[in-house]
Amino acid sequence: MPHLEARRLTKVFGPDPDSVLPLLRDGVGKDEILERTGHTVGLQAVDMTVEPGETFVVMGLSGSGKSTLVRCVNRLIEPTTGTLRLDDTDVLALSSGALRELRRRRMGMVFQRFALLPHRSVLDNVSFGLQVQGVPRAERERRAGAWVERVGLQGYERALPRELSGGMQQRVGLARALCTDPEVLLMDEAFSALDPLIRREMQDELLRLQAELGKTIVFITHDLDEALRLGDRVAVLKDGLLVQVGTPAEIVMHPADDYVRAFVEHVDRSRVLKVRHVMCTAAAGSPLANGSALAEGVRLQANMPLHEALALVASASEAAIVVDTSGRTVGRLDARTALSALVRGHGEPSR
Amino acid sequence: MLEFLTREFPATWRLPLRGWTNDAVNWLLLNYGDVFRGFTETLLQVLLRVERFLSALPWWLVVLLVALLVWHATARSWWTAATLAGLMVLVGSFGLWASMMTTLAIMLVATIFTIVLGIPAGIAMARSDRLKRLFRPLLDGMQTMPSFVYLVPVVMFFGLGNVAAIIATFVYAVPPIIRLTDLGLRLVDKEVMEAADAFGASERQALFLVRLPLAVPTIMAGINQTIMMALAMVVVASMIGARGLGQEVLRGLQRGDVGLGLEAGLAIVIVAVVMDRVTAGYSRRWDHTLEER
Ligand SMILES: Nc1ncnc2c1ncn2[C@@H]1O[C@H](COP(=O)(O)OP(=O)(O)O)[C@@H](O)[C@H]1O
Ligand SMILES: [Mg+2]
Repeated sequence: MPHLEARRLTKVFGPDPDSVLPLLRDGVGKDEILERTGHTVGLQAVDMTVEPGETFVVMGLSGSGKSTLVRCVNRLIEPTTGTLRLDDTDVLALSSGALRELRRRRMGMVFQRFALLPHRSVLDNVSFGLQVQGVPRAERERRAGAWVERVGLQGYERALPRELSGGMQQRVGLARALCTDPEVLLMDEAFSALDPLIRREMQDELLRLQAELGKTIVFITHDLDEALRLGDRVAVLKDGLLVQVGTPAEIVMHPADDYVRAFVEHVDRSRVLKVRHVMCTAAAGSPLANGSALAEGVRLQANMPLHEALALVASASEAAIVVDTSGRTVGRLDARTALSALVRGHGEPSR
Repeated sequence: MLEFLTREFPATWRLPLRGWTNDAVNWLLLNYGDVFRGFTETLLQVLLRVERFLSALPWWLVVLLVALLVWHATARSWWTAATLAGLMVLVGSFGLWASMMTTLAIMLVATIFTIVLGIPAGIAMARSDRLKRLFRPLLDGMQTMPSFVYLVPVVMFFGLGNVAAIIATFVYAVPPIIRLTDLGLRLVDKEVMEAADAFGASERQALFLVRLPLAVPTIMAGINQTIMMALAMVVVASMIGARGLGQEVLRGLQRGDVGLGLEAGLAIVIVAVVMDRVTAGYSRRWDHTLEER
């Protein structure tokens, strides 16, 4: 069962959103609706499921509705129609008190411009969620202190946010969101305001924490590299419409339309794709199965990035054997297959 | 038909605002006179205590405390602290020390009274756009209405003396604190407010943990303006019986004693400068959006 599930989630901004819904159902576009009615379409019938422990990345150009989508999840923005479930909870049916309780205990959020409380120390920022829950000071400082350390800010407990660099400030933002131990982490362009190097560092930090914590994460970004790096699955949003959802490899290999293609066109495929995405699988009865002929060939890990594998297969005369983590043969890869996968329009992964 | 299109304004078009107002004032005095008297008595007692306390302090201790306060408010500016301390000694040398303490006491009580009522009004105004639309013309009116207009009813309700002076000062000086409290609360960064909501803060928690602390610099600027306006009322307040420096200015006027008028006037300016440096200093010091100096 998915952890988070949105069905036909729709948001229209304007004085009378309901009046616009029939037009949306008839397939009238966002621009035309704006022109005819003065209403802005934020989201159009978005279907989305996020599995427990999954990092689900939502990508799209500016104005495509990413922030609207993530804010609908905790109802900072009230959806116009649709349903939203968190496990068994019908989120959109919650009273304001129950919604507050849900935000306090089950969801954490990280913001693009950090949104720290400038008058509070690092420790008091991190413990904000616990304070709102009514946790006594001593306990919340103990728990917050542990998180400050966990994101690598020990020694800065008493510092004010303005005394920290951008990257450090967002570490505080991350610790603040994690401190209440929420099930779901909502991250709206959390790293977009950071310099490229710091940004990468923060991505690594998130991957490291996520490996330990296994939170369900909805991560918003406009950056493809970031999406492919962090996402278990990536959803592409255009004018409030989800145009494609898939694994990073699926998005890169099979863009659903020109919009997605424009995104992935210039990506370095050799870094996104893994050997397992492009190899020829070992079907039963194929020459591979009686592996004797290939016994002394190159061996590749299925999860090896393609650019590393290329260096190995390029010099080999025969196809390399692909093995999974337990050493079992799962396929083979030759230089030609590997190369054609890097060229647009070729390289259908063999399934 | 159109007989009202004459040169003269038609005499029969008469809105009896004057009569209504006078009736209302009389009705209030008749039915709630005791309430006003009780209120006056309470405020008077508070004022007397403050004044007695301030006059009981040795002059050098007051100068020292003010200097320390200025020094702290201006982030350790020795120079400002020493200058202002010197100016206070100057007022003493005019023979106006006791008057200054009286004025300080009235100012203190009037300002606190204004702030205590003004900040909640500002909070209410920030919460509701409808209330804001209602308050705006009212506040504009309070600031532009000539003070002599409300001096008379204030005296009728609160009697001649310091309490009436405090009330008149309140009417004149409360608009900026209300306005700037409202502004400060509305200026709080939208994303920070979102963060408070996202973590499930109640409206109360959002106000006291996030919005008010972040609005403090703006509210301090409002307090600063309120004090400056209150000081501008010192002489007018003396016309309805307030003692202190304003009274000295009036005495100078009545006797044609230009020198006394100047001395008392300078003393008021000096009190104003001290108050301004202290409040403006704290407004800046508590502004967490500013870069570290
Ligand atoms: N409060 C609002 N009122 C009106 N229109 C809005 C509001 N918030 C967002 N929009 C519009 O909704 C669309 C999606 O915005 P947003 O979700 O912020 O996009 P993104 O985060 O992908 O840049 C945009 O066209 C934007 O102008
Ligand atoms: Mg956005």
